[in-house]
Amino acid sequence: MIDWKLNYRALLGRAYPRIIGASREPSWMLFDIVLPLLGIAAFIYYYRAMGAPEVFTGFVVLGGVMTAFWLNVLWSMATQFYWEKETGNLQLYMLAPMSRMAVLGGMAVGGIFFTTIRAASTFILGFLVFGVQLQVSNLGGLVATFCLTLFALYGMGMMFSSLYMLYGRGAWHLSNLLQEPIYLVSGIYFPVKQLGFWTALTASVIPITLGLDAMRQLMFASPSVQGFLPVEVEALVLAALAVLFLIGARYSLRYMEYLGKREGRLTMRWQ
Amino acid sequence: MRDELRTFRYAAWLGWQMEANWTQPWFFLIYTVAKPIAGTLILVVMYLVVQSSVLNDPTFFAYMYVGNAFYMYVAQVLFGIVMVIHEDREHYQTLKQIYIAPISFYTYIIGRATCKIVLTTIAIFITLVFGVQALDLSLDLGQVDWGLLAISMLLGLLCICMIGIALAGISFLTARHGMGINEGIAGMFYLFCGVVFPITVLPGWGQAVGHVIPITYWLEIVRRALLPGMDISSVSGLQDYSSTEIFVLLAVSSALFLVLSIGIFRYADHLARKKGKLDMTTTY
Repeated sequence: MIDWKLNYRALLGRAYPRIIGASREPSWMLFDIVLPLLGIAAFIYYYRAMGAPEVFTGFVVLGGVMTAFWLNVLWSMATQFYWEKETGNLQLYMLAPMSRMAVLGGMAVGGIFFTTIRAASTFILGFLVFGVQLQVSNLGGLVATFCLTLFALYGMGMMFSSLYMLYGRGAWHLSNLLQEPIYLVSGIYFPVKQLGFWTALTASVIPITLGLDAMRQLMFASPSVQGFLPVEVEALVLAALAVLFLIGARYSLRYMEYLGKREGRLTMRWQ
Repeated sequence: MRDELRTFRYAAWLGWQMEANWTQPWFFLIYTVAKPIAGTLILVVMYLVVQSSVLNDPTFFAYMYVGNAFYMYVAQVLFGIVMVIHEDREHYQTLKQIYIAPISFYTYIIGRATCKIVLTTIAIFITLVFGVQALDLSLDLGQVDWGLLAISMLLGLLCICMIGIALAGISFLTARHGMGINEGIAGMFYLFCGVVFPITVLPGWGQAVGHVIPITYWLEIVRRALLPGMDISSVSGLQDYSSTEIFVLLAVSSALFLVLSIGIFRYADHLARKKGKLDMTTTY
């Protein structure tokens, strides 16, 4: 029988350090807001040096903001169980009677809260500093697409975290590898349609691809947007991905935990 | 001298093992190449979205491509050096043993970073070959000024290592900011040093910042040495400076950074010992 109350408390308990921790180290907020701005500024000046239409500035700011969520999913969701293993916490999670999904859910809730504040600050600063012109055609649709993107993205992170549970240093390197190549195929700084239909379709497995494409279509009324698919279709695919990833996370977590216990790798450190 | 060489050799070997032995060699090769190529391709696609073809503005394309390729040294080597302190202190908790060993700590750090330098050199080589073969990058090996390239590389890498050592010193004192400081400095260099766009695009104060960082001059001299047939200086905005002047500016600013870095490292090292931070662990 599922103990919903216990799982709810576990979720809150795991979300708590991420939400509270953010305010205990205020200097991190500076890094988290200013560092993405440096990269965003560099890409904006790169476009400007080439004489790109002004709407590309908005693409870069939006892409930079969504990058924060991808990095959070990668380093604070997927890789999290690796960190927990290294610091000796993973076995405590395994001993506790709550569902592992509740722990992952807490990590996701805390991560979304933590990252949204930073991403919103970067977004506002980026738009103010670089004077981006927005033409939102459907605010409700935009908010819904953003939420669907986050659900799918963090669902993916939950599934990845189980896969990463058994890795040693490989987990760190794998997350490192999943940065630039994903930025490229997801069209973080340019319309993904430019990569060709099949590449864009394959990249659509990564929720940020369709999420960004849909948000661009809803935020910028310009022919340069070059939407890959209609926004409604992209929203439906994102919803399907969210469900698939959450179900996948549940099963892969169970399997990887079993594998880890059988091979004695859940408590290994400094691999 | 023999002791220094031995320290360097074992530190480099340790760096290599830590860098590469987590996976199979074939995967490590893909890993080493995939990241930089993907990072470069992002810029290439952005260029093609606006310009349609490399041939529309081959000088700007070459400026961007070469600058981005060589910037890998800045990002990778700085990261490698700063992470030595973080990994040894927090993760493996071996910093205090290494610190009290009768070796030069500078030599140890540089040795550990050597692996990054070698791997980055391979990645840059592959990126440039890819650019020439697949993207019509106008790089003619017969025209390259190899002498100028060799000297500027030596000076540039020394300068990057010195900046890394200064940041490593600061890492002694910080618990959770190593990555942020490292990324912040690398990000500033990427923005202000004319890596992928000329610094003339920046506002006046941004150009002034770019002019005091040696990386700006290093990238300019590397571009001039690699692409002598192209009018690179007309893109970079440094056309008022001859190659000799750029080289002198690089040498002078590197010398200043050398002194500054050693000073920062020594002071941070002294403070870390005084405050008992050399063996600090924060499970971060």
